[in-house]
Amino acid sequence: MKVMSAIALLLGLAELVGCSQEKLPEQDLVIEGHRFTPSEITISAGQKVRIKVNNRDDASEEFDSDSLGREKVVPAKSSGFVVIGPLNPGKYPFQGEFHHETAQGMVIVQ
Amino acid sequence: MFGTALIVFREVFEAALVVSIVAAATRGLAQRLRWISGGVVAGIIGAMLVALFADAIARFASGVGQELFDAGILFAAVGMISWHVLWMSAHGKAMARELGAVSAAVKSGSSPPSALLFVVAIAILREGSEIVLFLYSLSAGGASVPVLVAGSILGIAAGAAAGLALYLGLLRIPPGKMFSATNSLLVLVAAGMASQGAHFLIQADLLPTLGAPLWDSSVLVANGSVTGQALHALVGYDARPSGMQMLFFAVVLVGIGAAMLMQRRKKAPPAKMDRVASPQLG
Repeated sequence: MKVMSAIALLLGLAELVGCSQEKLPEQDLVIEGHRFTPSEITISAGQKVRIKVNNRDDASEEFDSDSLGREKVVPAKSSGFVVIGPLNPGKYPFQGEFHHETAQGMVIVQ
Repeated sequence: MFGTALIVFREVFEAALVVSIVAAATRGLAQRLRWISGGVVAGIIGAMLVALFADAIARFASGVGQELFDAGILFAAVGMISWHVLWMSAHGKAMARELGAVSAAVKSGSSPPSALLFVVAIAILREGSEIVLFLYSLSAGGASVPVLVAGSILGIAAGAAAGLALYLGLLRIPPGKMFSATNSLLVLVAAGMASQGAHFLIQADLLPTLGAPLWDSSVLVANGSVTGQALHALVGYDARPSGMQMLFFAVVLVGIGAAMLMQRRKKAPPAKMDRVASPQLG
């Protein structure tokens, strides 16, 4: 019971944090023909960025990156967003897990 | 076919580890087979429903419905595991003595091990819904259905075999230590789930990271490796964890630990007062 109320409290806090979230820089990422466009995204170090993933294919896709620690299913013909960062400079590959032969991309942090 | 099998295996593997720990943790409880298989069936149905409504879930809460949903069911599982573990620490000793016998509490229906039905269902629902989406996505793209089915069966069989191996390993623990071992594992699983839940809320930008990453152990154990995935299922391993994930992990670990201690203290006979007067100095 205590755990449940703690969870409720944390979710409530999350709600508050969510309401106060600042406007983040946005970056568009299109999935078409099981490929990402652009296939390279450059962002600055220490910066949080909202990546808007727009899936134009008839099949759902999962934006997946081990190095970014992100996993997000984007259903067919729809869009979703993933917030990444703040990150250290470096290269962070990502892929579409459902079609990883073609759906490959990279976030470059400078 | 092997590409499909590999992805299906990766999803089944994590769920299978959780299910095998639950199976070992409920050893000797009446009707546990019914609970566990009920959890499996509910999880499979849930996975299909979640995949079916993936679009609606994704659109919910201005695009972060998926993260809220994942975090929500993970936190619910944390609550269920806590409940079970605390109940077991109160009744476990009697059960370890008469393993296989039906304890009075279970008979009277007041046993929350049924809470673990939800944990099994949630583990299968989370990983299963990804399998359904993945297979659907491939078949919509024109992949051959027999090949997909063969790959899935191979992947499910391999994942289930890994779970069975863990279960058989856990059964080798002597009965007297069995419940403390499985309960400790369950507490770690719960703490790991809390940390994963925090991770989803960070992804949705609903929680700050509190420092990310705290460290990077991806060279040692990558998230995508089999070891990384096993550790992910068992303790919520992340090669690049954030401070917030560690905080959630620690809060659940300390929280359940403290609750168990309090429970034990309540049951222990009151300590005798040996000293009437306070010790005199000098």
